[in-house]
Amino acid sequence: MTRATATNGHGPTEAARRRLHTAGPEDAPEAGAGGVVGSLLGAVKGLLAGRIPPADLDERDPDYIRESLPRLWLLCSLYFRGDVRGLGNVPEEGGVLLVGNHSGGNLTPDTVVFTLAFSTYFGVERAFHQLAHNLVLSFPGLSYLRKYGTVAASPDNARTALEAGSAVLVYPGGDYEVHRPSWHRHRVDFGGRKGFIRLALEQDVPIVPVVAVGGQETALFLSRGESLAQVLGLDRLLRLKVLPISLALPWGLNVGDMLGHIPLPAKITVEALPPIHLREEFGPDPDVDEVYDHVVRLMQDTLDALAAERRLPVLG
Amino acid sequence: MRVAESITVTAPPELVWDHVSDPKRYLHFMSGMTRWSVEGDQETGLGARYRMLLRVGSAEVGGLIELVEFTPARDLAWTSVTGIDQRGRWRIRERGGASHVELRLQYGVAGSGIWGWVAETLASRTVRGHLRRSLQQLKRQVEHEQLRVQAAARRSARATPPPGRPA
Repeated sequence: MTRATATNGHGPTEAARRRLHTAGPEDAPEAGAGGVVGSLLGAVKGLLAGRIPPADLDERDPDYIRESLPRLWLLCSLYFRGDVRGLGNVPEEGGVLLVGNHSGGNLTPDTVVFTLAFSTYFGVERAFHQLAHNLVLSFPGLSYLRKYGTVAASPDNARTALEAGSAVLVYPGGDYEVHRPSWHRHRVDFGGRKGFIRLALEQDVPIVPVVAVGGQETALFLSRGESLAQVLGLDRLLRLKVLPISLALPWGLNVGDMLGHIPLPAKITVEALPPIHLREEFGPDPDVDEVYDHVVRLMQDTLDALAAERRLPVLG
Repeated sequence: MRVAESITVTAPPELVWDHVSDPKRYLHFMSGMTRWSVEGDQETGLGARYRMLLRVGSAEVGGLIELVEFTPARDLAWTSVTGIDQRGRWRIRERGGASHVELRLQYGVAGSGIWGWVAETLASRTVRGHLRRSLQQLKRQVEHEQLRVQAAARRSARATPPPGRPA
């Protein structure tokens, strides 16, 4: 089913213009969770939540993106030596779910490199949205991400963007994958999250796997710190399942990566694979687990091939 | 940023024009070009539109362009409709029985400020290299075509017996 592509970066339908919610009632902090630490984190959450204006597809600003392309180009070409392949595999029109593996801690160079490549290849006129954790969007100084089309990660937001005919980039692994130890850098790890498949089936859009390598070499990631996050109740309070520990510039030992870090100039290579039309390939009622295994295996094979091209860490 | 390169092709301007005005040939001689496809029904001529992409650094840049000047065997110019701002021109002039071919490209992103200037300046080396190699490949292809045309003419002349001589 072909949908009309938005021509100006704004949603073509009334539905696309409506306000989107950024956090559901399930995100409400539990009373008394975590004692003093819980209260403190609850206050932090309240402060950050107050900074999250309601998400809206109209916040994407094609002119802003266009004017910032030279900056992105300098960063991606000179610092990360970005190499993006296979964009011809992305359908030219209509909604498409781009499913990527995620690397690089809270600063994710693979997203930056791919966003630049997508925007120059298809033009800033093509609506393109990326789903990001609520905390990313609420952080001071990161509100500009909304102009690039970044919206809070929620099924409703993804659904609305796809209904508007946008290309939507999701990272099913999210915070779980992005903080995996550096020695697992060549591993696709979605943590069993399969919501993206249900979304693609519901919206009847193809999935385009996007595989990136290099991002996990921008720092030395030591641990996700899942136990620490659980003890502190971060999962319940901030939807954070991890409290990552890494060695990164300029902090040295970096716990939480909340203030970000200076990424090492690792070479980033990204490859978009041919689209997967779920009902064509898996029948009218595809089995979600089977599709999940297929997508992950496909991406892992590609990641292995990309990893095999690298001769040295960071340098690529 | 404006970049220009030129070359002399040992062939008449009409033959060079056949190459530069035919969108199907672009991917065969343009260096760094990853896409040059016709948009719409009009393949060539004034007003024809193409979607083109040129690999520069970590991005494929370009967009939708439209031919704004189309003077056979002399000038072909285009300007951008979407994508980065660009103006390009093929300028072909006869010089001593050969063709002097110049390829010009002006590009940039309006409103991008100092970073835009830095990026354009750094990209110019790559763009210039693409233009130079494109002209070299065009020269090779046109001169090869010229040799084929001349050989075909010689074959044809040999096959046709002079008047008064039986075939």
